[in-house]
Amino acid sequence: MNAERVELTLTVNGEPRAVAVEPRKTLADTLREDCGLTGTHLGCEHGVCGACTVLVDDEPVRSCLMFAVQCSGVEIRTVEGLADGDRLHPIQQAFWEHHGLQCGFCTPGFLMLATSVLEARPDIGDEELREVLASNLCRCTGYQNIITSVHAARDQMRP
Amino acid sequence: MIGESVPRLEDRPLLRGEGRFVADIDLPHQLHMRIVRSHAAHGTITSIDAAEALAVPGVAAVWTGADVADVPPIDFRQVGADQMVPYRQPILAQRRVRYVGEPVAAVFAADPYTAEDGAERVVVEVAELPPVLDAAGPLGDFDERLDTEAYVFTEATGDVEEAFARAEHILEAEFRVGRHTGVPLECRGAVAAHHRDTQTLEFLGAAKVPFQNRDALAQMLGLPPSRVVLREAHVGGGFGVRGELYPEDVLVALAALRLGRPVKWIEDRQEHLVAANHSRDQLHRLRVATDARGVIEGLEVEFVSDQGAYVRTHGATVATLAAAMLPGPYRIPNYRVTGRVRLSNKTPAGTYRAPGRYESTFVRERAMDAVAAELGIDRAEVRRRNLIGSDEMPFERGIDALGTPVVYDSGRYETMLDRVLDHIDYSALTESLAERRAAGELVGLGLGFFVEKSGLGPFAGSRITVDGSGRVTVTTGEASVGQGFETVMAQICSDVLGVGLDSISVVHGQTDQMSYGMGAFASRATVMAGTATHDASEALRQRAIEAAAEMLEASADDLVMADGAVSVAGSPAQAVTLGEIASALGPASPLARGRPGLVAEEWYTTSHMNYPYGLHAGVAALDPDTGRLAFERYVIAYDVGRAINPMLVEGQIVGGAAQGFGGALFEDFSYDEIGQPQATTFMDYLMPTAAEMPDLEILLSEDAPSPLNPLGVKGAGEGGTNACGAVVAAAIDDALGRPGAVTSLPVTPERLHAMCRSLAATG
Repeated sequence: MNAERVELTLTVNGEPRAVAVEPRKTLADTLREDCGLTGTHLGCEHGVCGACTVLVDDEPVRSCLMFAVQCSGVEIRTVEGLADGDRLHPIQQAFWEHHGLQCGFCTPGFLMLATSVLEARPDIGDEELREVLASNLCRCTGYQNIITSVHAARDQMRP
Repeated sequence: MIGESVPRLEDRPLLRGEGRFVADIDLPHQLHMRIVRSHAAHGTITSIDAAEALAVPGVAAVWTGADVADVPPIDFRQVGADQMVPYRQPILAQRRVRYVGEPVAAVFAADPYTAEDGAERVVVEVAELPPVLDAAGPLGDFDERLDTEAYVFTEATGDVEEAFARAEHILEAEFRVGRHTGVPLECRGAVAAHHRDTQTLEFLGAAKVPFQNRDALAQMLGLPPSRVVLREAHVGGGFGVRGELYPEDVLVALAALRLGRPVKWIEDRQEHLVAANHSRDQLHRLRVATDARGVIEGLEVEFVSDQGAYVRTHGATVATLAAAMLPGPYRIPNYRVTGRVRLSNKTPAGTYRAPGRYESTFVRERAMDAVAAELGIDRAEVRRRNLIGSDEMPFERGIDALGTPVVYDSGRYETMLDRVLDHIDYSALTESLAERRAAGELVGLGLGFFVEKSGLGPFAGSRITVDGSGRVTVTTGEASVGQGFETVMAQICSDVLGVGLDSISVVHGQTDQMSYGMGAFASRATVMAGTATHDASEALRQRAIEAAAEMLEASADDLVMADGAVSVAGSPAQAVTLGEIASALGPASPLARGRPGLVAEEWYTTSHMNYPYGLHAGVAALDPDTGRLAFERYVIAYDVGRAINPMLVEGQIVGGAAQGFGGALFEDFSYDEIGQPQATTFMDYLMPTAAEMPDLEILLSEDAPSPLNPLGVKGAGEGGTNACGAVVAAAIDDALGRPGAVTSLPVTPERLHAMCRSLAATG
């Protein structure tokens, strides 16, 4: 406990962030407390719910299961980096139009998960997409509108 | 605007990561609280050693029961009774611990990691006592004087003895619903500060019922209510669980007062699963008397509700609602029910979406299926014969719930039955399912008819103000748990005032912004706050037109209101905007006549609830190799009187159904033989994912507007959940060709697999 803090620089949404954290501090807590990026939420802290999903080098990861000290030299993307100024990202726009969120707590995790899969596989089929979205938990929507939203975003984002 | 599926006002910040949930709130110089919880299900605390914890650098204080013995237990918010008073929960265990997870000590430290370090070093010794783990079994001891039966009540209508004496058929059955609960994705939390300059305690992160909790906290802490301010932030799901007053909330407030620093507490998931309210967990025994046609003449029910270790804020709410709503949409003229609220050494229980109704719908619809099977009558037909007719509305049940007589305000039940049977092409469907079963498939149909309740009073208020820019603010004392409250209030206001939704702000859950408030429970927000907002909007419209008449030197009768302005009909150039009217109504303006501002406040009061109703129908295939039950179709018909925003209503129904399936198939707070909880992570407490959810077909109807409010609305929050357990059970029975096979929930894949094996073994 109360171990020495380690100084490191994270790259979050393209910007360098100098932080000094205990080695045991999770990436999620570091993003929230040391970078002020509270859009990444903690729903279980044991890697099941996916509310804390961020992208590390474009791969979705549970930021509650990573330590910040593992993250120097990688590109981290969070929900705060999705919109282009006032203009929502197509996946955000789709969630808005298709009522893909209610309380909004799991939403940042789903947005990041969906972003990663649609960027990597713009032509992913419905069944596989459902399977990917089953990685995260939502307690409000019953998933139907999340799936509809991601379908709409897929059609929108397809090059 | 009313009736349009407009996208929500709430969404933009939530989509951009700009929400402000309780964990996102920090106050300067704050301490972090971590709770030390009982590791034993039942026992006497023999010692608590905090010396090592206090030695951890950064730990500021450790409290045990002795430090807070002067604080009273948490009182009932609803359905209390004198008999239950001794069973209330202290904020830290006093000598005895009664469930694994019970708060025993609180550690306060400079950061959350250090608080956990400290908590790990608090050593609690417990001399264990035998736990009570089956509330329906023999009673145990709560303490030296009291046993574990906290409350017993009976409700009755008609002449049950006479009905059984002349019955053609009498059925007996026993049904059990397991222990599961809301589990919102956001865990609980609170941040409190005592501002010494104003002697005011500020409590952030309130939810659901901020005004009632303000009053309760003030009373427990000996403060005037006017010096306690509760503020709601974004709330990550409610479902009945979140926002009740819990021991941890009181500890945060008390610590802010006593330690002189702001205090923050954020629960983790493992804590949540053993500390926040559980729910359901009822065992029903019933006798049903019918005539030769399957019409139920008499129903006698006795049930046990496993309340867990203490009676919390809900008192006997869940048991009361189970008793009152058990007869559902059926006439059942002679009915007697006895409910027993019993304690056990499990996490205390409270309400969860469709409280008492999820359970009683399972029981009633199982019984209806049993009558159909026993008498050889089609399941839809036996329901039809028992439905209350639309010409019998309003229908007095003859019993009370939540302090008000149960009077169904409106309903066209048979119309709904016909619509659903048409939609699924019932005759053809049952034939095709029979053919598929004959070919070896395990596939079946379930039906679950129910009545919900909503719009619990007795009041809600709404104040509408317009500022000099023309922006409209709707302020209520009600609450949002993420269901779309702001959008719905804005739609109702916009419908009357004709201003765009993006010109309307909605304030809720701030106890210093409104004189009274209740909150977001019992599917009441749209009904109660919606009606108040409608009335206040009408009053504001009137006031704007009167002021505009003077400003434009026109007759009020010639004025029209649209697009945020009042103009003379037929000459749109002669107009004043709402902002101009608001500016012209300053306190010193002759126009104001002592009533400054473009503002109106109205209060809606009612002593009655209203009663939405619905029918679920599901077709499921059972995989005997994996025990997986997959719904090929699942239809939910629900009548909400009038849908303000159909997209949001459907969202409520689909989301509610996911929770209903969870409790029917997967979610289960089981305990081992010494009372250790077995589901303390999301690897053991299995909530449905996108992979388990069928695509639902929603048939939203507006056949029976409520006569009790001007909008005709009924609540939409709970109908999606209500009948899932009943339909899952019925579909399994049908798939197995074994009527009455399922008598308890959840029917986990493991249980289903075993049922399939036993079916195969016995042929």
